[in-house]
Amino acid sequence: MKVELKIQRYNPETDAQPHFENYSVEAEPTDRVLDALLQVKGLLDGSLTLRKSCAHGICGSDGMRINGRNLLACKVLIRNLQQPIVVEPMKGFKIIKDLVVDMEAFFEKYRSVKPYLIQNEAAPQKERPQSPQERERFDDTTKCILCACCTTACPSFWSDPDYVGPAAIVQAHRFIQDSRDQGGEERLDILGDREGVWRCRTIFNCVEACPRDIDVTAAIGEVKRKLLFRKI
Amino acid sequence: MFYRGKEGEWSWILHRLTGIGVLLFLVAHIVDTVLIAWGPEVYNKVIALYRNPIFKLGEVGLFAAVLYHSLNGVRITVVDFWPSGTKYHKQMFYVVMTLFTIGMIPVSFLMLRH
Ligand code: SF4
Ligand code: SF4
Ligand code: FES
Repeated sequence: MKVELKIQRYNPETDAQPHFENYSVEAEPTDRVLDALLQVKGLLDGSLTLRKSCAHGICGSDGMRINGRNLLACKVLIRNLQQPIVVEPMKGFKIIKDLVVDMEAFFEKYRSVKPYLIQNEAAPQKERPQSPQERERFDDTTKCILCACCTTACPSFWSDPDYVGPAAIVQAHRFIQDSRDQGGEERLDILGDREGVWRCRTIFNCVEACPRDIDVTAAIGEVKRKLLFRKI
Repeated sequence: MFYRGKEGEWSWILHRLTGIGVLLFLVAHIVDTVLIAWGPEVYNKVIALYRNPIFKLGEVGLFAAVLYHSLNGVRITVVDFWPSGTKYHKQMFYVVMTLFTIGMIPVSFLMLRH
């Protein structure tokens, strides 16, 4: 079938402003938007710039705004979309070129919540045991692939680029709720700060956007309640 | 281009707008009350403005803003404190909108009757 695409283009060397270009390619209804974009790049205009890697929804490279909502281009089927398919970069980051945005600040926030195991005791002989119930408490937030679809769908983030954002909170939640970790208090201090969880206004755009179906706002809510009821 | 949010984003936009609306009313209300300092004549003159039909509609609007803001405020509180709240936020939004409509029908009727 014929697929009409309307893609936002921007080349910092020649363009003052981003603009839209229309393309038309042949694709199957069961193809993904990424397939159509690669058709454009391969057959019509090699200068179209985008990130992608796995093409199977697991590396988190190709988050972009498709028909007004953040999605992974490699996960959404063409037949589920209205045409022309409007493709734009994620909102709230600086555009480097076309659909590629500068995610440095995003990963900076990811690092700021200490997304690694913190343990003050010496490592035991074998593993650190954990019950299925303890594992369950952070199961949902282990699924995050750091695609930034949630953070760039968040109105609080658009208006305050310093807000740590849902993705970093999800990552922090994954360790805060882990019974083997001892860095919970440090992370709660960071998230309890001005640019932390309290910037979240429970708008749920992050939940709608997450390609891994993580209940992001629930995780943020758990962190909020932990902060509220923690003993000082 | 706009981001196409769903119920959550709409509830938030309405919450902001009604919040600003109520705030503006409060400012106007403080100003008109302060006018009493210039004597009853000035005060009465300005207050008479409120008889204008435009303000009638405005009053209904004010009630609508306060009603939505309070109902949705309860919804947000439930989302924040009830652990399963995030799962039912959409249903709760529809409950808010239903209660809002049920509340607005008799109130608009009573307020606009005269
Ligand atoms: S629920 Fe919170 S973090 Fe998620 S989009 Fe809304 S404001 Fe942002
Ligand atoms: S929480 Fe979901 S949307 Fe956000 S970065 Fe992780 S996988 Fe992407
Ligand atoms: S290309 Fe890896 S997630 Fe889409």
